[in-house]
Amino acid sequence: MVGLIGRKMGMTQLYNDRDELVPVTVVAAGPCPVVQVRDEDKNGYTALQLAFEVVPEHRVTRPVAGQFKKAGIPVHRITQEFRGDAAAYEVGQVLDVSQFAVGDTVKISGRSKGKGFAGVIRRHGFRGKKATHGTPDRQRHGGSIGQGTTPGKVWKGKKMPGHLGARQVTVSGLEIERVDTERNLLFVKGAVPGGVNALLTIVKR
Amino acid sequence: MDMSIMRELTSDQLRKDLPDFGPGDTLRVHVRVIEGEKERLQVFEGHVIQRRGSGIQETVTVRKITQGVAIERIFPVHSPRVARIETVRRGRVRRARLYYLRGRKGKAARIREKR
Repeated sequence: MVGLIGRKMGMTQLYNDRDELVPVTVVAAGPCPVVQVRDEDKNGYTALQLAFEVVPEHRVTRPVAGQFKKAGIPVHRITQEFRGDAAAYEVGQVLDVSQFAVGDTVKISGRSKGKGFAGVIRRHGFRGKKATHGTPDRQRHGGSIGQGTTPGKVWKGKKMPGHLGARQVTVSGLEIERVDTERNLLFVKGAVPGGVNALLTIVKR
Repeated sequence: MDMSIMRELTSDQLRKDLPDFGPGDTLRVHVRVIEGEKERLQVFEGHVIQRRGSGIQETVTVRKITQGVAIERIFPVHSPRVARIETVRRGRVRRARLYYLRGRKGKAARIREKR
């Protein structure tokens, strides 16, 4: 079970083999060389460290550049570990979109779009108040946040306004609609976290 | 992001035999109708009252009147289910959306021919 690192390119639509127009997200994924194979003996767990997007050497810190030098591959911007059995892979091996086939189900994680400080309706789906029937000017407020003397405090985890978005989000069960091995593109059915150019990790299930 | 790349990605699914048509034109749309195992062609002929979208999302709204009942169908122009599109007659109209036809019938709903 291995994945890829990619960037979201945007959304469009495609006709599938049943002539239905399906919404797809285009992801520029890989090619990702293996930088390190983490094993039980040395690291206490097994994982594959993959790299993505070649950059000039001065764009990364010297320790990071050293890691690439040791692996014998060009310097990349991103490195990321993928947990799972990695024994079958070796350093320097390059993974690309060809490991995915049309119809495969994948899990995609990324950082969602930041929404800033959001109120309780947008953030938690509260219903707000009536627009009429004497409601004072508090149509989008959350109402009471607790009782009086008992319990005499506001419960931890109480849903209140605050920062929304810009956090790690994983969408699972996404289907691959098309694979473009020439341009290293994956066409995934449905939406994927983040805006255009967002960094994504794609894992096959 | 350069949207031209995104456009190019769907270009292989675009219809290449598309005739030139626009609002006011009379169109004959051959639709592939799949009934169980069988497939046949159904023709829908009417006036184009709007054409919207671009690229693979493009659709055309065709309006016709059958047995006194007006029917509007929206066809995705590039759908494989649309076998063929023919332009029957070019109409001269002064706007892009012919919604005003909805409130009219008979003589009032005529469209002048483009010459």
